[in-house]
This record gives sequence, structure tokens and C-alpha cells, in this order.
Amino acid sequence: MSVITTKVALAAAMLTAFAAPAFAAKTLVYCSEGSPENFTPALNTTGTSFDAARPVYNQLVEFERGSTKVVPGLAESWTVSDDGKEITFKLRKGVKFHSGVNGFTPTRDFNADDVIFTFDRMWKPDNPYHKVTGGAYDYFNDMGMPDLLASIDKIDDHTVKFTLKEPNAPMLANLAMDFATVHSKEYADFLLKKGAPEQFDQIPVGTGPFSFVAYQKDAVIRYKANPAYFEGKPALDNLVYAITPDPTARYAKLKKGECHVMIAPNPADIAGMKTDPAVNLLSQPGLNIAYWAFNVEKPPFDKKEVRQAFNMAIDKAAIIKDVYQGAGQGAINPIPPTIWSYNKDVKDYPYDPEKAKKMLADAGVKTPLDIDLWWMPVQRPYNPNAKRIAEMMQSDLAKLGVNAKLVSYEWGEYRKRMQEGEHMTGQLGWTGDNGDPDNFFFLLGCPAARKGGQNLAKWCNKDFDALIEKAKTISDTAERTKLYEQAQVIVKEDAPWFTIAHSVVYEPTRKEVVDYKVSPFGRHEFYGVDLK
Amino acid sequence: MAEETAIDDPMPTGPAQLVLDSASDGAIGVAQPSSIAAIAAAETVPPEITPLRAFWSAFSENRGAVLGLMVVIFIAVLAIFAPLIAPHAPAEQFRQFVRQPPVWAGGTWAFPFGTDALGRDVLSRLIYGARISLGIGLSVMLVSVALGIVLGLAAAFMRGIVEVVVMRIMDLVVAIPSLVLAILVVAVLGPSLLNTIVAVTVVYLPRYVRLVRAAAIAELSKEYVVAAQVAGVGKIRLMFVTVLPNCLAPLIVQAALGISDAILEAAALGFLGLGAQPPTPEWGAMLADSREFIRSAPWIVTLPGLAILVTVVAINLMGDGLRDALDPKLRRS
Amino acid sequence: MLRFFFRRVALTLPTFVALMFVTFVAVRLVPGDPIEARTGERGIAPERLAMLRHELGLDRPVWQQFLDYANGLLHGDFGVSIVTKTPVLHEFLVLFPATLELSICALIFAVVLGVPAGVLAAVKRGSVFDHTVMTAALAGYSMPIFWWGLLLIMFMSEYLGLTPVSGRMDLINYYFEPVTGFMLIDSLLSDQEGAFGAAVAHLILPSIVLGTIPLAVIARMTRSSMLEVLGEDYVRTARAKGLSPLRVVGLHALRNALIPVVTVIGLQTGTLLAGAVLTETIFAWPGVGKWLIESIARRDYPALQGGIMLISAIVILVNLIVDLLYVAINPRIRHG
Repeated sequence: MSVITTKVALAAAMLTAFAAPAFAAKTLVYCSEGSPENFTPALNTTGTSFDAARPVYNQLVEFERGSTKVVPGLAESWTVSDDGKEITFKLRKGVKFHSGVNGFTPTRDFNADDVIFTFDRMWKPDNPYHKVTGGAYDYFNDMGMPDLLASIDKIDDHTVKFTLKEPNAPMLANLAMDFATVHSKEYADFLLKKGAPEQFDQIPVGTGPFSFVAYQKDAVIRYKANPAYFEGKPALDNLVYAITPDPTARYAKLKKGECHVMIAPNPADIAGMKTDPAVNLLSQPGLNIAYWAFNVEKPPFDKKEVRQAFNMAIDKAAIIKDVYQGAGQGAINPIPPTIWSYNKDVKDYPYDPEKAKKMLADAGVKTPLDIDLWWMPVQRPYNPNAKRIAEMMQSDLAKLGVNAKLVSYEWGEYRKRMQEGEHMTGQLGWTGDNGDPDNFFFLLGCPAARKGGQNLAKWCNKDFDALIEKAKTISDTAERTKLYEQAQVIVKEDAPWFTIAHSVVYEPTRKEVVDYKVSPFGRHEFYGVDLK
Repeated sequence: MAEETAIDDPMPTGPAQLVLDSASDGAIGVAQPSSIAAIAAAETVPPEITPLRAFWSAFSENRGAVLGLMVVIFIAVLAIFAPLIAPHAPAEQFRQFVRQPPVWAGGTWAFPFGTDALGRDVLSRLIYGARISLGIGLSVMLVSVALGIVLGLAAAFMRGIVEVVVMRIMDLVVAIPSLVLAILVVAVLGPSLLNTIVAVTVVYLPRYVRLVRAAAIAELSKEYVVAAQVAGVGKIRLMFVTVLPNCLAPLIVQAALGISDAILEAAALGFLGLGAQPPTPEWGAMLADSREFIRSAPWIVTLPGLAILVTVVAINLMGDGLRDALDPKLRRS
Repeated sequence: MLRFFFRRVALTLPTFVALMFVTFVAVRLVPGDPIEARTGERGIAPERLAMLRHELGLDRPVWQQFLDYANGLLHGDFGVSIVTKTPVLHEFLVLFPATLELSICALIFAVVLGVPAGVLAAVKRGSVFDHTVMTAALAGYSMPIFWWGLLLIMFMSEYLGLTPVSGRMDLINYYFEPVTGFMLIDSLLSDQEGAFGAAVAHLILPSIVLGTIPLAVIARMTRSSMLEVLGEDYVRTARAKGLSPLRVVGLHALRNALIPVVTVIGLQTGTLLAGAVLTETIFAWPGVGKWLIESIARRDYPALQGGIMLISAIVILVNLIVDLLYVAINPRIRHG
């Protein structure tokens, strides 16, 4: 009896494998890594949640697919006043919102009220939606919007003016970020009347190329094409996110055709993907940096020579080869080479354990020296395996007579303790949000070096700080570039960090996927993608 | 699972039956004195040699058990003499030989089982890993047995509130799925080897407590205990000297099988990244660390799993043999 | 019987209360903070952290939080997940059918294979078949199932291409709204050709992995229980009377031998739910096991508390039912 059951089951399996029903509709399955928290990007901080909301929504201005360039979105055009304090957006006309799966039907097109509502929700505590779904608008606050914004005014139905308290060069790029996603005020009012405002963040209604169909936690998210999309109906009829946390399983699914695009492959599988006939391996240098910070408040790391010696002690090439396994390039500067103002002339420290040993001795460091080396317990876009890197560093340091004790904490706790400066040395990294160099350099600035700040080396160099502070207020890119180039020279010389790597984002897609583009921000976008 | 539930269920089987069947298997470690005189005799002249030999002859009849014992001894020797046997240090990284295949798949004899993602010798790590895994298994077993005896006897002897509290706590522990509880304990205490041991002990404690209690209660109603009580034997002495030895057989069996369960549970924790921390070569952690290589370098993943499987099978074989030899009731199974 | 019933039920009540208390306290002893855990590299300003903690009520005295929680529980309110802001009970009810479906299939797999194997092994005691079954059972009983799952995926799905890799459904070809949450039933209700087959195909590997240990336990238990019964006088008598061996085994022995097996099957619930944690992690199975693990990582107190409470309640209830059934089948106990 049992044998028969197994046979039937196997037969059923083969049936689905070989005799799948023919479908006219084009369905693209994307193997994503986790469940979104909800579908309102303003409330979230993770790429997973942003990716889940992105098919449904638009922003006023947007990043061009596959690049960091800011292009028009819901705003057709914009003008910046001479003093840089006023940005006026001309809104696109005739943009339709989706119908919600909960019975909502829009009666009007997108207009200025929706923009005002979107920002009021994050900004004004008296907005009826301010407290809905926890009301933690992390990005809005982190990007300094409450301090920056003076007012947002509706000039007419299709014109909106942002007034700033001071000029801010990265403002436009900020508005292209996911948190600035534009919602429907009419939908919000509809739900308020219905007495179910929490649905606003669970059942998304937007203007985007796909409309939301269904979400089953930890299993699947479904979208269908929005035929009325303002840039034209998408080539795909259905878009499906298959939530698959394990990268090995994701690749296995891709191989079998159970999904077409997958996020974050195992570095170990990349070599195999390159030769896999079913797979098109796309890549793009990531907008990120992984670093190992030396806490300059803890001796012996207060000495520049010691930090330099540690820079020479680690075999960076081996880390790139064995941990990143090709999916990364050794980092020299604290910003990735894809960002403007990257200084090509800065030279990295050579791997030279003998010299490092001598420098340590010259600096008066007695061996064996006991230090701690912190590694984060989670995989990050810029660092596939901090633990393995830590183990390699530990082994390299042992050759210098340095005993590194590996330390880790739960992820939130880890970052907090590092910001408090409890570590001697520790790994972390950063992923760029908007492509502006300041978005990276502030990590080494003096304001961030305070206790609890994000400067984990607690390194405050007055010359460096003066340069980046000055660069922030100038709008001329060439001038800013010069300042940032100097800043990079100082960082290398003073060595608060051992710059580990910039990861390369690899995204395997199946051969039948047409025109998929890898985003330097690690976004996943499916408008403009087709299936052969 | 089958074993401890069979003993824990309200039916007074198990130890009580030992006597009835022991005749068919010759005398076994479970002496059943029926008078005070016999107790006195048992205490002054412990009948060590005969029962041991009888046990061994019963045990050695079972070829599987002997095989299991041999494998366990082999692994124990590897663990004890790891520094002498292992070809390399477990944490030494051979950067030029990263992810070398094992010798049967085209590798070299320098690294018979290949190397891992950091160029560490897999064979050496497995050998050192035996220390960790057996260490975890033994520590969990010893602590649980000790605590199980104390709590189980306390519950059996004091009855009343002590029994209710102890047994309700044990019910509570059993109600939470073992791995979830272990994870919760590790999450509270932080991941480390020691805390793995604590977590696994907490999870497996109830079966020992319940077993000791059930066996002790069964013994308590026997004549020799009543007689000892009448003769004025103190409570502590009654608990540990009079009753305990007669509850030992099922406990020993449970303890042996408990080692293998503890190893599996600890490996599962290691697999979820909550066990031993780097560069400790714990088998479960080795497996978790190298999971990504299942396609490109399968030996790094397969070998630690195989090591866990072989060790656990060997211990279980041995445990089965122990049970057969010590517990004739279950002999026929 | 009735007295026994009430006694057992009464005994579970304090367990529930203690469970509530212990989960509440344990969850809060876990270092870290649900808000900190989700902020990433960016971190969070202390003022905003304080504000958000206040909004979640995390800054109030723990005893007050506990009273609120207990009060909520009495009204069937398990609180709201900190991460997703949806009610914990709702999340549990969405995810639990997946776990239940997998557990039932695993148990069916274990029983359907384990009982006949155990019976045959007992009848043909000492044969090659017996030894094979017992060796396999021993290996199954000793299996690190997380490793076993990985190997099976590699071999069955990737190398042989027979089974799907992970998930519950073929997402490219089929789509239907969940009605019951059980994919097997929903796929039948959907009336889409092949959907049921796809659902079955997705269940095969996870069921095998989750069913491995129960299979081994059941096979061993059946064999030993069967051997015991076969040795009993009445079976010997039946044999001596010249009844056909099939009749003896099938009619007389099996019925009695299965009593302890049924208990063991019932008691596998805990094992299954614990195993589900690993199996769901490996197969991207959207069930409660994986959900609990993630809740720990995210310090999602309400989800964690509620999840542990609900799962434990199920284990307690099933054990209670098994106990009662056992008493019902086996009248000897009532006198004990």
C-alpha cells in the first residue's frame, strides 16, 4: 500500500514537471528572501519590504531603473528656486490609482492632495493616519526631513511646492527614495470611513505598473499588470514573489524554472551560475562598503601606527577570494568607486605581516596583545559572512602575536554596543541610499563620533571634518569632488578603518527573462521586464 | 520517545516487572532483596562481580550493541587523543588549499577529508568536533541524571506540594516543543557552548525526573522499603541508598539514549547558528557554516552530518543493547 | 472515568497559567529590543527610541505589562505583532494550517510505512527483512533531520528533478485564494486541473523529512508491541488451533498490539512540532515553526509569547486527549 502511495505521488510530481498546463498569460516569479513587514515603505527600513511595495507605487521623482540617476516620476518636471530653498513640482495629469482588493474604487485621478497627504502622514502628528501601524517613520526622520522641511503647499491641483529651511543638494535624490512613495488620499479617507485604517498598510493601492492581488505571509505575494499605467501596460501579466529565505533553495528553484529572478545568491554558487546554460548572471557593483573599525579611544588603537600596522596585517585578497568568492572587490576608500568623487590615486596598504609586526614593536606594543574583534551575526548586502572574515582576520593577527577574541551580539544589540564604543575593533558596513558621497562620508565625521553615534572608530579628525562639512553646503559638483578627494587621502593615512570590500551585487535570472536590470541600490524592479 | 513515555504512563509497568522476568535471564544488576537482612547483605557485600559478568554476557550477545560500543569507543579515543591523532590543528587555515576535495574525489593525502571554506582540514575538525559533541552529550546526560535523581526522588518521597510543583514544571517544559524551548533558552543566555548544554539539559530534564519518580514510587510500595522504614532508616539514606539503586536500570538506559538525543539537539542548535561559536569545530555549526557549499563543495556539508549520524547511531545501538541487557521486560523488542 | 477526566483537565489549568507567566518573562529576558533589532546600520536616535518604546508600552513596569497581557489573553486577545502590526492570533491562524497539513502528512507517511514494516518485522523475526527494517529504523531515529532535508533536496529535486524544491504550490501555473488554508483541500476546491497533484508533489519531501523520526519510532514500537502480543498465550492458542497465520496476526495480534502504538502516535505531536521548526526552515514552508524562529530573531515579544502559548496549548490538549483515549481503550488503568 505504501509503495503505491509513493508511486502515485511521484507520478503526480512528474506530471506537474512535464505536463504543466499551457498558459497564455506571462507570469514572472521572483524568488525573494523574506516577508515584508507591510506594504507602506514609509514605515519600513528593509529592502525586502521596499521591494514588496515597489510594483504598486510611484514617487514624485524616481531612480532610473538600474542606475542612481534621478528621473521624473509622478512629477513631470520641477524647478528649484535660486536660493535653493524652494522646489516646485509639476504633477503628471491623468494618473489613475488602482482599485483595491477590499472594494475601493477610485473616483478621481492623482493630484496634489495625495502628495500633501503622503508627507503629512509622516510629518504631522495630527494627521489621522500618523499613528496607524505603529507610526515609526524611520527614513523620514533619519534623512532629517522634519528639520529640513518648512512647508509643503498645494499651488493648484497639479502643482506642489516644497519649501526648505536651508538649501540641500541631496533633497531631490531623497525624494526618489522609497519612503517618499505617494499614496492615495481618497483611499485613506475611504478606509477611515470604513473604520479599517490599518488595511491601508496591508492592502496597498497605488499608481504603479502592477496592482496588488494577494499576500500570504511567508509564502507568496501576487500582483497583476495595471493596464492603465501612465507609462504603458507592463509586458508581464502577473508578477509573483515566491518567498524563499534559503539561497540554496532559491538557486535550485531557479534551475528548475520555479522562479525566473532571484535575490542574493550564495557566493559559493556564483562560479556554477556562470556556466549554467539556463541562467543569465547579471551583476553590478554595489553601492556599499564593508569595513573593520578600530576604536581610537581604546589603546593601542589611539596610535596611528598601530592602525596602519593592522591594515598591513590582514590578507585582504584572501578575504575577497574566499569569503566574497568573486562577488566583491577590495575596498581602498570609504566610498565605492561607482560614486562620483572617488579618489583613484589613493593607494591601499600592502599586505605585509613582517612590516606590520615591526611597526607594532616600534609603536611600543607588547605582544601577545589581546584585542577583541566583533562580527555581526547577520548577512548584510556588503558582507556575506562577517564570521568567516573574522576567523580569517583572527588567523592573520595570530601571526603578529595578536590574540583576537571574536565577539558577537544579537544584531540590534551589536550595533548599539558598537555605537556606544564598547568594542576595540569591529566590523560593520554601509549601503548608500541616494548615491551622494555625503551619505558615506558622514560615517567618519566628528558629529557621528560621539557616544552612540555612527562613527564606530570614534575617530574625529578636524581636517577631515572641515572638508566634508564644507562640501555639504556647496552645490557645485566639481568643487565638492575636490574636497572629497582630499578627505579620502586623510582617511587612508590616518587609518581609522580597515576598508574590507565593496560587494558586487549578483542577480541570476533565467535565460527567458528579457531586459532585467540590476540596481546599484539593491532594488528589484519588474516594470520593463519581459519573458521570452 | 517511546521509551520514556512507556515508563511515564500511569500503568505501573517498567521496574516492577523486572523481578518477574529476571529469572529467565539469570541474575542481573537489579537485585531484589525482600527482607531487611537482604538489604544489609547487599550493603555490606555488594554483589558486584556476578551481575557485571551477567550483564556483559547479556550485552555481548547482541552483536549490534557490541558494534555500537566499539564505534563509541573509537570516537571517544579520537576525542580524547585528538591532538595526537588529528593531522592538523582544527583552526589552522591553509589559505592555498581552500576547499580542497577529499582524497577520494581527487584531493591529496595531506587533507584526507578535504578542507573547508577557510582552508581548515575537515578531518582534523571532525576529530576535534568529536570532543565537543561527546562533551555536550555527556555533560547534558550527567547534569540531567543528577538533577533528575534529586528532583525525581524528592517528588516521590515528599509527595504533596513538592511533587505537584516539580511535576507541573516538568509538564510545562514538555508542553513547549523541545527545539523552540532550547532556542528560547539560548536566546536568553546568549549563544555559546555552555549555554547550549544548559538549554539541552532543560529540555531533556523532564524525562529523567519523571522516570526516577515513577520508578521510585513503584519501589516505595515494596516490602523491603516498608521494612527499612520500620527499621528506622533515615529519609535521605532511604532515598539514595535503599531505593535509588533499584531504580537505576531504566535510568542507565535512558541516560545512554539521552546522550544521543542531546548530541542531535545541540547539533540542531548549531545548525540554526545558536550553538558553539567560531572557530569551535562543533559538528552542527560546521554544517551550518558550510551550508552554502552544498552544491560547489558538498563534502564540507556531508561529512559533519555523517559524523553526527554515525555517532548517534552507535550510541543508540549501544543504548538498545544496554536496555536489552538491563531490562528483560523489553528484551524481546 | 469522568472523575479521571476532570482531574486531568484540572491539572492542565495551572500548567497554562505557568506557561503564560514563563513565556512572558523568558521573552523579556532575551537581550535586545524589538525596535533596535529592526533599525539596521542606520541605528536610531535615543529620543525616538524612547518615544517608540513608549508607544508600544515597553517602558511601563513589567508587572503592569504582564497584567495587561493576562487580561488580554482572558479575552482571547494575543496582542499585536511588533513587526507587522497585525494581530498575533490572526498570523497564527494564517500559518498554522500549513504546519498542520505538513504534520498530518508526515504522520500519515510514518504510520502507513511504519506499522506494516513493524508488523512484518515482528512476524518474520530474525529474518533479513527484520534486520533491514530495524537498521533503517535506527538510522531514522538517529537522523539529524536538517542534514537529511538538505541531502534530499539536492538528490530528489536537483539531481533527479522529481520533486519541487520548496514552497507549497506551483506559483507559475496555478493561483487560487486560500479558503481553508490547507493546500490539498484548497487545490481541489479550486477546480484547476493539476493543482492537486502540484500540492501533493510539494508535500512529498517535507513530509518524508518530518516523518522520518516518527516513522522510526512507530516501526520500532509496532515491532516490539507485536512481538509481545505474539508471545501471549491466546495467540499461541490460536496458532495451535490451526488458524491461518494471516488470521492470527491480522485479527488477534494486531488489534492488541496497536494499543500502545496509538499512544505513541499521539505523543509524536510534540516531536512533530519541534521537527517542524527545522523542516519549515529548510523547505521555506510558511508555517508556525519558522515564524517562531523569526520572531525570536526580531524580538517580536507578542508574536513570540502568543506563538509559544498557542503551540504549547495544542501539545497539552493533544496529550490530554491521548491520555483519555488511552484510558478509554485500556480499562486496566482505571483501577490503577
